[in-house]
Amino acid sequence: MWVWFHKLGSPKYFWGFSQRLLPWLGALTALSFLAGLALALVFSPPDYQQGETVRIMYIHVPAAMMSMLVYVVMAVAGAILLIWRMKMAEMVAAASAPVGASFTLLALITGSLWGKPMWGTWWAWDARLTSELILLFLYLGYMALYNAIEDRRSAGRAAAVLALVGVINIPIIHYSVEWWYTLHQGPTTRGVRIAGSIHPSMRWPLFTMMIAFNLFYALVLLKRVRCLILQNEKDSAWVRELASEK
Amino acid sequence: MRPARKRRLYLVLLILIGAAAFVSLAMWGLGEYKMFFFKPSEVARGETPPGRAFKIGGLVKEGSVRRNGKTVEFTITDTLADVVIRYTGSLPDLFREGQGIVADGRLNADGVFEATNVLAKHDENYMPPEVAEALKESGAMPPHEIVRPKPGEPRPLGAR
Repeated sequence: MWVWFHKLGSPKYFWGFSQRLLPWLGALTALSFLAGLALALVFSPPDYQQGETVRIMYIHVPAAMMSMLVYVVMAVAGAILLIWRMKMAEMVAAASAPVGASFTLLALITGSLWGKPMWGTWWAWDARLTSELILLFLYLGYMALYNAIEDRRSAGRAAAVLALVGVINIPIIHYSVEWWYTLHQGPTTRGVRIAGSIHPSMRWPLFTMMIAFNLFYALVLLKRVRCLILQNEKDSAWVRELASEK
Repeated sequence: MRPARKRRLYLVLLILIGAAAFVSLAMWGLGEYKMFFFKPSEVARGETPPGRAFKIGGLVKEGSVRRNGKTVEFTITDTLADVVIRYTGSLPDLFREGQGIVADGRLNADGVFEATNVLAKHDENYMPPEVAEALKESGAMPPHEIVRPKPGEPRPLGAR
């Protein structure tokens, strides 16, 4: 396990490994999205209170979940970079930031579209909505900082520190609806435990969409990291060889 | 672990602990302002900002909604205390008796909450209409979200 982890730390090994993984990952992502969207948009029933508007949930909940998960990945990669000075960790963090920012924006927009007909407002400054907006600013701040510093090594480390400090926001987002009174509803599921209640005819489409979003992130992450590898290793022998082959 | 890495590991932990401590202090300092709304029992105890606009949240009491032209008057409750709300304007689709709502406005001299805006709160239960019908008939309908008590407070009746 550790040997494999260390091997992944080598850009050349990562390149070969991801090359073999990509087609499978792509196919699985496409399949799970097809299944998830069909279940969510066609085969799942309308809600007894919300009617068809409930279908926004099948995008909103996975997007919000990914917005937090991607940030945790970024923070862990940042810690690995700071402690072990692993180049791959920096690439994983840098490649994740725009993806996570997109998930966050998607969660905010879909939430807003749902909030207007259901709550009666596009936006409210409650703890859940505000902390999620701060998450978006953290992503944007990470990207701005990473690109503003000329020296690549200090850019990676400064951005990693920001990612670490910002990770405090993740438990705040997660527990905001339990700690404080919010307009946003409380949690329906905690992992596999059910806190509120969601009928199986809606739970399975939602879980399928969550899996699809996870696979999509893995796919986009691999592709983006591969681009960064080529950029960073452009002077190394194996990349030159690769370029001359084509 | 090599000494240099160990040192950097401690530095990373220090950053995390420092950030957590800073944020906790800020949260503690914010106090009640983190809450999106006050509950009727807090209004009854006079814990709301005097003379200022604030938000109030609770369940619309069954049978309390009276309409008079465009003005609607209803009572909200957290099962411990009630507040009468008067509002002129359009209500969100989810507004109904038994539903959680959040109203924005201020208390007048008679203790009536004059609302400038009413938002509906959605609970964490999702089901198809047929299932809801069946549950209603069998009397096993899950209760609409009752305003959750803060830790250490007595739980209002019916709250999970």
